[in-house]
Amino acid sequence: MNTFKYAFTGLKRDWYSGELRLIGISILIAVACLSSVSFFTDRVRRATEQQATELLAADLVLISSAKIKNEFIDSANRIGLIISLNESFRSVVVKDDQLELAEVKAVDSNYPIRGHLRTSDDLFSEEQINATVPAAGTAWVDSRLLQALQVTLGESINVGAAELIVDKILTYEPDRGGDLFNIAPRLLMNRADLDKTKLILPGSRIKYRLLLGGKSESIDLYRDQLKLDKNENVRVQGIKDARPEIKTALERAEQFLGLAALVSIALAGLAIAMSAQRFAVRHYDNCAIMRCLGLQQREISQIYFYQLMILGLICSLFGCAIGFFAQEGLNQMMIGMTQQSLPKPSWRPVFSGIFTGLITVLAFALPQLMRLRKISPLRVLRKDLTPLPLNNYVIYIVAIIALVLLSPWQSGDISLTIYTVLGLFLTAIVLAVSAKLIIKLLKQLQPKLKMTARYGLANVSRRSNQSVMQIMGIGIGVTVMLLLTLVRTDLLAGWQNRLPDDAPNYFLINIQPDQVEGIQNSLSISLNNDITLYPMIRGRLTKINDSNVSPDDYEDPRANRLAAREFNLSYADTMQDDNRIVAGEWWSKSENIENYFSVEEGIAETLGIKVGDNLSYSIAGQEIKGKVLNLRWVEWDSLNANFFVVSNTDALMSYPSTFISSLFIPDSKRSVLIDLIKQYPSITVFDIDAILKQVRAIMNQVVRTVEFVFIFTILTGIAVLFAALQSTHDERTHEAALMSALGASRKQIISGLIAEFMLLGIITGILSAIAASIIELALAEYVFKMDVVINPLLWLIAPLVCCLIIVATGLIGTRKVLASSPMLVLRKT
Amino acid sequence: MDSNSNNIVQAKALGKQVPSPEGTLTILDDINLSIKQGESLAVIGVSGSGKSTLLGLLAGLDIPTSGKVVLNGTILNDLDEDGRAQIRNQSVGFVFQSFHLLPGLTALENTALPLELAGSVQAEELAKQKLADVGLSERIHHYPNQLSGGEQQRVAIARAFASNPKILFADEPTGNLDQKTGQRIIDLLFNMNKDNGTTLVMVTHDDALASLCDRKIIMAGGRLTTD
Repeated sequence: MNTFKYAFTGLKRDWYSGELRLIGISILIAVACLSSVSFFTDRVRRATEQQATELLAADLVLISSAKIKNEFIDSANRIGLIISLNESFRSVVVKDDQLELAEVKAVDSNYPIRGHLRTSDDLFSEEQINATVPAAGTAWVDSRLLQALQVTLGESINVGAAELIVDKILTYEPDRGGDLFNIAPRLLMNRADLDKTKLILPGSRIKYRLLLGGKSESIDLYRDQLKLDKNENVRVQGIKDARPEIKTALERAEQFLGLAALVSIALAGLAIAMSAQRFAVRHYDNCAIMRCLGLQQREISQIYFYQLMILGLICSLFGCAIGFFAQEGLNQMMIGMTQQSLPKPSWRPVFSGIFTGLITVLAFALPQLMRLRKISPLRVLRKDLTPLPLNNYVIYIVAIIALVLLSPWQSGDISLTIYTVLGLFLTAIVLAVSAKLIIKLLKQLQPKLKMTARYGLANVSRRSNQSVMQIMGIGIGVTVMLLLTLVRTDLLAGWQNRLPDDAPNYFLINIQPDQVEGIQNSLSISLNNDITLYPMIRGRLTKINDSNVSPDDYEDPRANRLAAREFNLSYADTMQDDNRIVAGEWWSKSENIENYFSVEEGIAETLGIKVGDNLSYSIAGQEIKGKVLNLRWVEWDSLNANFFVVSNTDALMSYPSTFISSLFIPDSKRSVLIDLIKQYPSITVFDIDAILKQVRAIMNQVVRTVEFVFIFTILTGIAVLFAALQSTHDERTHEAALMSALGASRKQIISGLIAEFMLLGIITGILSAIAASIIELALAEYVFKMDVVINPLLWLIAPLVCCLIIVATGLIGTRKVLASSPMLVLRKT
Repeated sequence: MDSNSNNIVQAKALGKQVPSPEGTLTILDDINLSIKQGESLAVIGVSGSGKSTLLGLLAGLDIPTSGKVVLNGTILNDLDEDGRAQIRNQSVGFVFQSFHLLPGLTALENTALPLELAGSVQAEELAKQKLADVGLSERIHHYPNQLSGGEQQRVAIARAFASNPKILFADEPTGNLDQKTGQRIIDLLFNMNKDNGTTLVMVTHDDALASLCDRKIIMAGGRLTTD
């Protein structure tokens, strides 16, 4: 027998039976969800890589303290890369009698290869994107240099021997980089004027950069061909070398969205398993007859295996197509938000989508259908001969294996996968147990209810297993949606409420000790507020207890960086209000006989520092040793100036320091800032508002993406609901016919069904609201460290939304039931 | 009024055809039948003779392709499904071979169901009374799966009589029961029928059971052979 042909014709015939259609739709939704995530993250990855290139202003940068060798440029030319050269150095810039040390960069017309320069025509006014660089004979300077030199646009300044006209205010250059707190005012000029400055002399401290741009293959090729002598002082920076944290962040996002898609796959699996079970039962007789007619068990297995493979393949392909269009819609949403379109996706998501579709259908449907091979041919004579039901453990184990098998594909992290899959099962179990318990409790009420409500409750409790599946299916999706909408708003509102209206919006840094008093006085008068200035001392951690700290000791990139660089220390005798001790104790002033350190808990964990450890810092060539007396939690988002490491005053007061402050300046008083800069040209001002805006935009983007993925989860939840309805379809049809025979009107039958679905909706809604509240409280307590009041709307909206989804789906799923003739009670005796 | 005024059910030139791949299939053909108030009638015939279809049409569970059914003075053909449901609720009781109790409801709830559908405020009391009549006072809170076959059929009888129907349709009421239990059920059914003055129309292929009725009709090939 040609089993493949039989399978194919059988598939066409059974497609109209319903169960297969639901299996197909479940695969379709799961694959659409997964592939939309894959397509989208694929594009975001490419976009992020592009953004990372913007931080370099190129795809690859060669940095040297000597002139870039021609062979490096020639080889880039041969490969066809875009080339841009620039030199940067510190020099005093002069305007009349004003002198200011500035960081000067001389660029050619190809600069920047990635990203844009932004300028403005007035201080703190709107900025524009520039496609050009300063023309020869002109310079663009940043606001600090402009203020320090008291120069206006159109006036000339001197850089070395060259006289340049200030043409624009430079507000942004992509590769400015460097340490945020140690930057000199900046000046951008044309390379053509470089010789005129007469500053490029032997022994001058100049950084030469070769910026390269091109397709990633060409860049890789160039990098491979690059033969660098170890003695040669050339540093190569690619995207990944530049910002490892971007790569990590992207991987995290991918993992998270991938795991979110996994929830949809798990729910789709549940729907598939339920439908496959009914499909199998309906094929008992068919298989018995085929076995009777001489078909072998192997052939029966083959037929159903082929059917599942064909179904899986076709639906996965359609799922990928839907996924593609869905992510395109998401991309459209992003365009409005970022003013930047994403690059085209690759084909990889199609393959992973098909793989997932096939694994899902095989894992969840095949065990059910393989029972059919065990049908006894004797069933043609004895209907009661059914194959033994599958051992539940087998079903669960196959399902877990499938999910674990699929999730590394998503997350690339086995421990994360195991935690998620276990978490998923745990949530499912908790939901199932709670749902069962509620149904059991409600059943006590049954005799006291009116007819339709009683009929509804009777149905829910009698089919408690299906009810629990339905509650789980919809509950998981709704819980996440609640978290993303209501809870997110609660938490955000909580955060915003916590931020007073006068939360700092400017940072002042590089304040010299002798300026502290003057600045404090000046600001106190003009802002009518006391301003705190915090001392800041640069130090490098050299030892933890007696072991030397070396970047090589840490695998974690963050720890590696922290160990490699200097960071900012401060001293104080009282703890800042927005800090909280998590271990140890704060020092009292009388105890100041030793050197004490207070370390921020995050950095302590990263570097492996505990209370009682002795730390050694190298500050301006001197070593200072002290004991860690406590670990602190720091409310970084208070936007106040805060420090990873704080010592007691006596320990660090004698070391060279600068001061920092964060302050709130209302729009109406921005002139205060300009006056201050005029008075103290060496201080640097940072605008926090601009940074916050960007953070909010990114957060909105992330939330939208996650919401999008969980729409699929709700859809798979609906598929579970349909599967559950389908598995009780015959029973319901018969009951509706009986009710009708006993004189129930159509309205009464519909009321009974609505009562049943509403009850399911209410239970699901309440459980979802409880789950969302618990997660909200946990997030508020452990992640955001803030008090949050559970939104009372949660208890209204959750049951309402669940009722709406379940009643609508339920009525659609049972519409055929309502059409059943009362004559059925006489036929099916 | 004519002699028909005493008839609770009348079938006039009743026919039922259904489409089939081989063309139209005639299940019932030109059935004329009158059943008097309080009469008991047995419909007998072999499988496929059309007796269940006739029962369904007489009870208003289905509509004929031709002819008409008058039940308690109302022409069923003129009513829509909800209208017929109302007639069934007010005037008709059913006892089925497979009992057809709703598995999620207790014996009491099952019995009260037709009363509640009719909007009765005393549904529970009346249902309790009927369950006492069939000897199940002690088991009113049991679910169908906690009852024996005979007990389930007694609940079904209590339910059938709960709304004091004028006519009771029984479809093979002992078909799923052993002989001894079946006999008890029949005794109960006939006694209650007598006590309530109900008209009984019973489909059966058991001649002994049929002979307990006042009258019997035989169906063959969709036609009445004896009246």
